[in-house]
Amino acid sequence: MPGTATLVLLETTTSNLRSASLPAISAARKLAQANGGSVVGLVIGAGVAAAAADAARYVDKVLCCDNPALATALAETWAPVLVAAVKKIDAAALVTSATSTGKDVLPRAAGLLGAGMASEIVGVTGAKTFRRPTYAGNALTDVEVLTSVVVATVRQTEFPPAAPAAAAGTVESLQPGPIDPLGSELVALHVSKSARPDLTEAKVVVSGGRGMKDAEGFKVIEQLTDLLGGALGASRAACDAGMVPNDLQVGQTGKVVAPELYFAIAISGAIQHLAGMKSSKVIVAINKDPEAPIFQVADYGLCATWESTVPPLIAQIKALKAAG
Amino acid sequence: MKILVPCKRVPNPDLKLKVANGAVDLAGTTWQCNPFDEYAVEAALRLTEKGKGGERVGEVVVVSIGPKDTSAQLRQLLAMGASRATLIAGDDSALDADLVARILQAVVNAEKPDLVLMGKQAVDGDDNQVGQILAARLGWPQATFLASILLGADGKSATVTREVDAGVEERRVRLPAVMTVDLRIVGKKAVRNEALAPATAEWEDTQRLASLKGIMAAKKKELREITAESLGITGGILLKTVRHEAPPTRKAGVKVASVEELVAKLHNEAKVI
Repeated sequence: MPGTATLVLLETTTSNLRSASLPAISAARKLAQANGGSVVGLVIGAGVAAAAADAARYVDKVLCCDNPALATALAETWAPVLVAAVKKIDAAALVTSATSTGKDVLPRAAGLLGAGMASEIVGVTGAKTFRRPTYAGNALTDVEVLTSVVVATVRQTEFPPAAPAAAAGTVESLQPGPIDPLGSELVALHVSKSARPDLTEAKVVVSGGRGMKDAEGFKVIEQLTDLLGGALGASRAACDAGMVPNDLQVGQTGKVVAPELYFAIAISGAIQHLAGMKSSKVIVAINKDPEAPIFQVADYGLCATWESTVPPLIAQIKALKAAG
Repeated sequence: MKILVPCKRVPNPDLKLKVANGAVDLAGTTWQCNPFDEYAVEAALRLTEKGKGGERVGEVVVVSIGPKDTSAQLRQLLAMGASRATLIAGDDSALDADLVARILQAVVNAEKPDLVLMGKQAVDGDDNQVGQILAARLGWPQATFLASILLGADGKSATVTREVDAGVEERRVRLPAVMTVDLRIVGKKAVRNEALAPATAEWEDTQRLASLKGIMAAKKKELREITAESLGITGGILLKTVRHEAPPTRKAGVKVASVEELVAKLHNEAKVI
């Protein structure tokens, strides 16, 4: 008889739960409802006791696997910890947000468990059934996991961030088995430094496409980005052309965003870009080509060059802010 | 150096997808190699050659699971320069990531490659699972979403960079390993084998096209067709696809005539600025 608990891998700093994990907790609660069980968080790392306590505010219980050898999120060392945690609480489900860590570690854990996995779910339709986008978001697919343990990554933009629970959960320590990185080691993490909000969490995203022509063009839309307190994004074509770093890429092969307001400037709207932004609440497109597919998804379309429209747009928003 | 590159045949991602009656209709599509897998083939070719256009040292073995006419995609990869190919009979409707990984595991056990190199995901199922499950089942290290690979001169380890949410992560990985690649992997200097190519080596900024000579040569290369049963594979899938549906379409918006009108709409109507 399989258990009923839902295990959710939570990502943290040494002191705090990362907000990227909050949508996964919401998805875990839905699964816990379907299973009639509790939500158990799993925090892995080195010196993460404070983070585990922070995470406990959101779930019924936290398992904390605190070990110096687990400081780096290596799938080789973390996946066996996930398996140990699933077995310890006899979990019916294992989920996490579809971050780069989640996408790396969870399938390896599924492989070790011999469990079926649904990637980047956008809906929980039952204890073992999920909805997920396929074909770059051109289809929504209902899938059913056929194994006793269910594994899934959660698309962050499609579940609300969880709020703290009425009462904080307990924290229990989890002893890892033998830790073997199989020769893998982290050499360095080159963090993209930006004073702007995280692309996947920003309320406003301003993206530029190939039509921006060069990095100088992007400087103009950066002014608009900062004026709105938003994050800068880009199409794959702009990233490929080297105008901006690839970690700004929005789309099927980049990041999936769903801000309140999305500006697509000089972006034609290839399928693979739309896959990353069409859940945005309000979409504004500025493009000189009236036939650009981006206009088919835009709430407000302005057919003009960015050179002739973005500078006055900045000036008018400034004036509006000054007046308001 | 022997590199195994699993490749999936996918419907042309640039054609409009037909979704009707709970199913995806692929009757009118054209088929091609999954772009990320093609990048992996390019990376594998670079890791086994003495610089651009240089002699091949070692072997690049491509393997696919699909219907009989997947041989057309495999021939193209052979024409690009892959050494030989294996096609395992199979149909998407009876496969999932786990079963694909188990079949590939059997291929790895038979071929004993130094490296399995593949795309990070197929652009139809968008699962992003097979490489990781394969690594788990083999008990091998994994390096996912790679932007670069520098293979050490001893052929025993590699330094790689990965595209992660926070930026770029650099890792050292011991071989044999499973690696999955992102699109940057075909950059001019993204991939190099220290034992074969000098630090100055550069390739095209994209995957290579098959030359006429390559196409002629590919006709004589080995393309073996086998079954999963012959590899000792039993058991079924762990994830069932129940039905497909077209995503809700966004309501077509309005065209505005001027910046003034846009600002007024965003302020008064959408109330987002």
